[in-house]
Amino acid sequence: MTVADAAPVLSARREMWRRSVYRFRQSTLSIVGFALVAALLIIAAAGPLIVPHPDHVAGAIDTAARFKPPSAANWFGTNELGQDMLSLVVAGARVSLFAGLAVVALGAFVGTIVGAIAGYFGGWTDDILMRLADLKLTIPGLILAMAVAAALGPGILNMVVAISLSWWPGYARLVRGEVMAKKEEMFVTAALALGAGAGRILRRHILPNVMTPVIIKMSLDMGFAILTVASLGFIGIGVKPPTPEWGSLLSVARNYMPDYWWTAIFPGLAIFIAVFGFNLLGDGLRDVFDPKARR
Amino acid sequence: MLAFALRRILLLAPVLVGLTMLVFVIARMLPGDPVALAAGPNATPAEIAAYGKEFGLDRPLIEQYWRYATGLLRGDWGVSIYTRRPVAEDLKIYLPATLELVFAAMLLAVAIGIPAGLMAAVYRDRWPDYVSRVASLGAISMPRFFLGLLLQLGFAMWLGLLPLGGRFPLAEDPPAVVTGFLTIDALIARDLGAFMTALKYLLLPTVAMSLSPLATITRMMRASTIETLQQDYVLTERALGLSERLIIFKYVLRNAASATLTVIGLYFGWLLGGTVLVETVFDWPGLGLYATKAVVTQDFMPVIGVTLCIGFMFVTVNLIVDLLYGVINPKVRYA
Repeated sequence: MTVADAAPVLSARREMWRRSVYRFRQSTLSIVGFALVAALLIIAAAGPLIVPHPDHVAGAIDTAARFKPPSAANWFGTNELGQDMLSLVVAGARVSLFAGLAVVALGAFVGTIVGAIAGYFGGWTDDILMRLADLKLTIPGLILAMAVAAALGPGILNMVVAISLSWWPGYARLVRGEVMAKKEEMFVTAALALGAGAGRILRRHILPNVMTPVIIKMSLDMGFAILTVASLGFIGIGVKPPTPEWGSLLSVARNYMPDYWWTAIFPGLAIFIAVFGFNLLGDGLRDVFDPKARR
Repeated sequence: MLAFALRRILLLAPVLVGLTMLVFVIARMLPGDPVALAAGPNATPAEIAAYGKEFGLDRPLIEQYWRYATGLLRGDWGVSIYTRRPVAEDLKIYLPATLELVFAAMLLAVAIGIPAGLMAAVYRDRWPDYVSRVASLGAISMPRFFLGLLLQLGFAMWLGLLPLGGRFPLAEDPPAVVTGFLTIDALIARDLGAFMTALKYLLLPTVAMSLSPLATITRMMRASTIETLQQDYVLTERALGLSERLIIFKYVLRNAASATLTVIGLYFGWLLGGTVLVETVFDWPGLGLYATKAVVTQDFMPVIGVTLCIGFMFVTVNLIVDLLYGVINPKVRYA
């Protein structure tokens, strides 16, 4: 391919990208979602640097300052250990974002591999893998995650693995469908004729073409993943104190309601805002890349 | 219709067998030593081994599964290694409580969601539409346990209007058990006072539970109504001069609702598994609370039991939804 040939392709891509950005910017809700997620990412990245009490995040306590209501000194008040709630909630952003992203990434990774194999090879491989995926859909995800997380023991990584167990089937179904459609296309036949093996065709020719819907699904799932992580924390399985996780902060605060309501309200709001932001963003992205779904 | 139903039921068998195998294997392959946990911190290794033997846990996994699966067919769901109570007995107590909550939540979600979605579609791109879209996205993003806590804070702690948690006051006698649903049992016993009491206890958990299905049903209903409104027959009806009210309520509603019905079926199973959080917040004595306790003590028979029970119901509800599909929408033929 010469440079002259490449130019129109490039400009067509740029045109598509430009249109996508335009469509995205047309929707106020998507912008709000984008802003919320961006703010969340900044807070998660800069968290330890900007909080007023980094020592509280690390587990230090200050019993003299227990249960102080929100004030200029402690915007979100203090908890039963005298820790600054603002510091804990800000530090929690990193935990929740990391865990949510890890759940979605792991689910997408496993699901993509399973779906690609099922879709490409078909036949009994497909039957077995897809029946397995169907079965997983009938098992209540949260209870499964609870059981696995409890057995594996506390810790972020264990919790991520436990939750991901019930997340891959959705991706497997999506990728399987896409692969089945793509494998009939001319460029795959051409690669086959040139002697490429199944692994190379899947990796180099098919998967890059099915990644867009996977990425959209990941962005739609992020909110729900964060919610699930917080749910496990709330039940008391998964991340344990002193790691400042929003769900577990809320579960501790339950015991001190209604007098010390601020210890519950702020972590709860943080979960809500994070999930809301990702849901808005995911919805907006889907509308941009899949105009058919736009209603 | 009958042949279709029979075939669907026959196809369920391998799914159910697969479900029991998968759940059993997952639960038993997990690390951790539930027997040592149940035997207590002071148990000697010999005592732990004897304890495990009592429950047949020293046998090969395949044999354990065989005994469990054949037991299931006889209605024996195994025994809790913690309380030594048969899991089937426990399920009989806790399942109705969870079902009552889920049905109430579904009822509320459908009663509000279908009209809200219809309104949003009819007033598309005007303010009722915007309000319902933002509100339903917000509702999906709201953690149920946080909403539950807020409701407790507002209605139980500050206003003192409704009970904080539980299902019925401990000091009072609940109505005689017929269905296990306290509200219905109270009505059967013609005890209006008990009915109102049960309803009061049911109200806050139901609201906390119904928010996300409500949002999903609204969104689904909006989408399918918009699609239906673009059909040719609607244009024809308009051309014939039928009133908009007649068109929407007689023709559009019915067609749009059938798509929404599928979601209701899917959501039912999801809600059954999701009661855990609401039950934890409101101390609602249902499957979720039961499962949580079992999970924490790694008491796997109840965990397997609850998972299977919910799995069975999920599969059954989907079957019912598939069959109902044809009743609501005669275009669906069971070939």
